[in-house]
Amino acid sequence: MPSTANNVWLHRFSLLTALATLALIAVGGLVTSHGVGMAVPDWPNSYGYNMFAFPFSKWVGGIFYEHSHRLIATVVGVLVVAQTRWLGGRAARLPLAIIGLGEVLGGLALLQWAPQWQGAGHFLSGIGLVVLLAAVVWVRNEPAERPLRQLGWVAFVAVQVQGLLGGLRVVLLKDEIGIFHAALAQLFLVLLCIIALLTSRWWHKVDGPALSSGLPMQLRWLVLVSSLLLFGQLILGATMRHQHAGLAIPDFPLAYGKVWPAMDPASVELYNQRRLESVSVNPITGFQIGLQMAHRVVAGLLLVAVAFGAWLSWHSLGLSCPVSKLALAWTGLILTQAGLGAATIWSGKAADIATAHVVVGALSLVVAGVMSILVCRQAALADETAGLEPATDRLLHSPFPAHTPVAGYK
Amino acid sequence: MKKTCLVSIAAVVAIAFSANLRAGDISGTVTLKGTPPPERDIDKSSDKNCGTPGSKPTTHHYVVGAGGELANVVVALKGITGQSKGDSAPPVVMDQKGCEYSPTIFAVQTGQKILVKNSDPTLHNVHVVPQAPGNNEKNQAQAPNGPDLTLAFPKAENFLKFQCDVHNWMFAWASVFDHPYFAVTGKDGKYTIKNVPDGKYTVQAFHRKAAPASSPASQEIEVKGGNVTADFTLEAK
Repeated sequence: MPSTANNVWLHRFSLLTALATLALIAVGGLVTSHGVGMAVPDWPNSYGYNMFAFPFSKWVGGIFYEHSHRLIATVVGVLVVAQTRWLGGRAARLPLAIIGLGEVLGGLALLQWAPQWQGAGHFLSGIGLVVLLAAVVWVRNEPAERPLRQLGWVAFVAVQVQGLLGGLRVVLLKDEIGIFHAALAQLFLVLLCIIALLTSRWWHKVDGPALSSGLPMQLRWLVLVSSLLLFGQLILGATMRHQHAGLAIPDFPLAYGKVWPAMDPASVELYNQRRLESVSVNPITGFQIGLQMAHRVVAGLLLVAVAFGAWLSWHSLGLSCPVSKLALAWTGLILTQAGLGAATIWSGKAADIATAHVVVGALSLVVAGVMSILVCRQAALADETAGLEPATDRLLHSPFPAHTPVAGYK
Repeated sequence: MKKTCLVSIAAVVAIAFSANLRAGDISGTVTLKGTPPPERDIDKSSDKNCGTPGSKPTTHHYVVGAGGELANVVVALKGITGQSKGDSAPPVVMDQKGCEYSPTIFAVQTGQKILVKNSDPTLHNVHVVPQAPGNNEKNQAQAPNGPDLTLAFPKAENFLKFQCDVHNWMFAWASVFDHPYFAVTGKDGKYTIKNVPDGKYTVQAFHRKAAPASSPASQEIEVKGGNVTADFTLEAK
């Protein structure tokens, strides 16, 4: 495997982009936890001001969280565009120029002929200018090999879709878009973390003997199924949070004092009559109670699946194997998530605890993504050892060919 | 003969006319039985322009007098439609002071204007979240001491929510009726629905917690050229 010492700055930049995205998710989590997603009615302006010129004295109440979220999102957008250009090398300049020009013209067209879409028009024009800038200025570097180059483009598209979704959720007054925005944010973080992983020295040092070829088939499937289950759990959580009805069930581990709560209309009406809300005053519904119970059940299943996977990995691969170490870390994160979930209920859905629950959920999904990549790589190495044509092999090699100096790097 | 006919006709017209004019008021008192849950504290520290330092604001889900008089109960006649005079009715004024809505519970007719004032030295957003089809969701910024916002709703709806997302504890509810026969109890628990034409009616009392829209308190009454009293007793759950 070729050395990645030449890519240390790219790796650091990718790591910075991933960390900035984690911060963005945290602040986005605070927005929803405080119920202030609509605190800034216009977009991309803020109360009529250009978002970069909104006076700090006006960042009051929920505006502070929502406006901060938009500013950090802008930073993440710029970082991702720059990363795309870096990964794509010289060859990315022309596509970026075409896309940037298209976005600027598209944005101007919306502003001219579809004033009801002016928010999207301003957004497209703005991001288009950033993309054009990335196309016309930069060093002449060689592109990364597939799949990094391709992952860079996926991130490029995803960050802009996310920006649009976030803005449209506000101007179209659609809570449902908020759920999709939250779910996509988690996947986007996983993508950026995988890019950071694939550009790391560690990835290029880890090879067959270190990973070991003795990966049980059950472990591979357990990791993949647990990862999908975890993503489903995050969607459940996002759906719950965007109901803006506070805690559908105020106690844990019981639910309204029972193992399974009554969910008939009369009982739900009684729950609503007895609860006095200070924020999130939407009445709770039987559907929301069902959502939370499903979330609790899946949490239990996840804990068992991930803990079993950690045991299986330890037992079959030993603790020195990276897969085992990650599996243990994953178990720790899921346990922490369970604790934060309980704390969210016991604290009456305190915004900081609920947001920590979102952030640890995102980190759990990142580990799930990395684990999935590792077990796929394990499978590819095992196939190679067996003399088979590994379908996943090309996906997992170093992104830079051996002995190819990369212009602009040490 | 001619004079007798004229007198008879005049008498018939007078009787018919006076029958149409016969109306009365429906009034009463709403009281609360039982002890409501404790109100929740409100934390206004996220905006120093809200509230008074040292004060400890709370929610106001139940506003109960010393004798159990319950305020903020919407009392209305059931089943009457198409009699709204909202277009010509004077506007209802809702203000934002100390980062709280005033009033928090009110009632209007369909098409009747609601003027939303901002008397606070801070930004608010006025976000209305209706549920009834035909009433559209809106979210509008309002500058400190800025111009009034004007809203109106074309469809009847109970407890249509107003909220400020900048100050996430701010809520108000408007009940929208397609007729003018409604009232909201004051702090003394009293209400009066004026000029109800003679007839038999069902009077309903709605309270967000004690008698929600899905299960209001009801009474059958009859207006016969005079005033009618209809008291309600709601129970805290």
